Amino acid sequence: MYVAVKGGERAIENAHRLLAHERRGDRAVPEISLAQIEGQLGLAVDRVMTEGSLYDRDLAALAIKQARGDLIEAIFLLRAFRATLPRFGATQPVDTAAMRVRRRISATFKDLPGGQVLGPTFDYTHRLLEMPAADPPEPATTESDVADSVGTPMPRVTDLLAADDLIERSPGAGEIDDAAPPGDLTREALSFPADRDLRLQNLARGDEGFLLALAYSTQRGFGRTHPFAGEIRLGEVAVEVFAEDAGFVLPVGRITVTECQSINQFHGSASEPPRFTRGYGLVFGHCERKAMSMALVDRALRARELDEEVGAPAQDEEFVLSHSDNVQATGFVEHLKLPHYVDFQAELGLVRQMRREHAARTTAGGESPADATLSDATVADATVADHTREAAE
Amino acid sequence: MAVLVEAPTDALATHVARLAPPDHTVIRPPEAGLLMVQGRIGGDGRAFNVGEVAVTRAAVRLASGETGFACVLGRDAEKARLVALCDALVQTATHGGAVERDVVAPLRAAQEAAQRLAEARTAATRVDFFTLVRGED
Repeated sequence: MYVAVKGGERAIENAHRLLAHERRGDRAVPEISLAQIEGQLGLAVDRVMTEGSLYDRDLAALAIKQARGDLIEAIFLLRAFRATLPRFGATQPVDTAAMRVRRRISATFKDLPGGQVLGPTFDYTHRLLEMPAADPPEPATTESDVADSVGTPMPRVTDLLAADDLIERSPGAGEIDDAAPPGDLTREALSFPADRDLRLQNLARGDEGFLLALAYSTQRGFGRTHPFAGEIRLGEVAVEVFAEDAGFVLPVGRITVTECQSINQFHGSASEPPRFTRGYGLVFGHCERKAMSMALVDRALRARELDEEVGAPAQDEEFVLSHSDNVQATGFVEHLKLPHYVDFQAELGLVRQMRREHAARTTAGGESPADATLSDATVADATVADHTREAAE
Repeated sequence: MAVLVEAPTDALATHVARLAPPDHTVIRPPEAGLLMVQGRIGGDGRAFNVGEVAVTRAAVRLASGETGFACVLGRDAEKARLVALCDALVQTATHGGAVERDVVAPLRAAQEAAQRLAEARTAATRVDFFTLVRGED
């Protein structure tokens, strides 16, 4: 139980002033601008938007600056800001097949229709630190004819396999309309078992590091799912909303998203012929590692549905979904820093009593109680120190 | 509308100012809020919630009665008002043609040029991988 404390206002105020000073850094060096963060630390902005679960580049850049580059703190700031805005409604589901693709690769088909474009990627770089040169040269351009244009729709790799029934179809694909609005864990607390829509929402805002480790664990044998990166695409999708005032669908703008389709083994069951299964990842901005991890973990969490043996951490829905949110995680871990004096006093009293009982038992058994007495004195000292700290507060 | 909502606010304002728009009242002042962005499982399956996006919405009414509505990405009150105004104007006989000619057309041209450049840069990274035969036979 946490018991509130009071006092310390001046120390707290001065600590925050000191924080602001440290955040500013050397005052002889120009202050970093939000436009610089947005433009030159774009992937940090993307991560904060994805895990902050709020697409707004300006706000994410501001959060990163205020958090001194601590991305989890920035994500926390964005989540808090989100809570101050009213919800107008939901968009139409975004159509990733109509994406303006800036990057699209497949590790399963080298000659897929529409082709592969590497786009802006760290892949195939040498990972050697280089001192920044002057401005980089303008990017190369290739005038592509219309048939080859990247503006032409690129079918999803999974659709190609689906044509031959070699891969499962997406749940609900081809249905005219969605029966019910998808579950929303920002409105209703998560309960288990959770449907796939809720699982994906949870993973989409989950911590990249946590999901990366879980995805890695499935590759190393803890819930093996034999994944391939069927397709990864990055680009801009149109966002549209049905406006009740207007009575029709309105365009709102375009957002950048990364999508990953993993293709995984499935041996079939009594009723199903063998075919590939899928995992899915979709995140804001360019967060490729996150999208891939999400797809792998999504697939691992389908173990029960696919009659697979369940036992690995990545397949444990409650474990994964309850611990993926870094704002919740950091809140609970970091709250240990707050004063817990009353809590600790209670435990201290309990330990003392247990030690007295223990000493009494050992004395009765004829052993020397010297050690216990000595330690009791140490604990008493600690108590004095603790009282002093509390008085200082 | 798709062109208008994707246009930068200053360019939009410059083009709209040239129209000399008639008097209008703001019936819904620009208001910032959130839309929950939905995706589809597997890209084409059932919907799920990805995360929220900050938007601003506004509505205006012209003296002649037409109402215009807008909901634009970001927290940009002026942009929402301008798009709503264009939405109303495009319904009028007096300004409809001018909105298309003097606002939408130049903005569209700029956006298409930017898109063509982006596509050309992307196309330059098109890759053809060759599978090497293992030298066993």
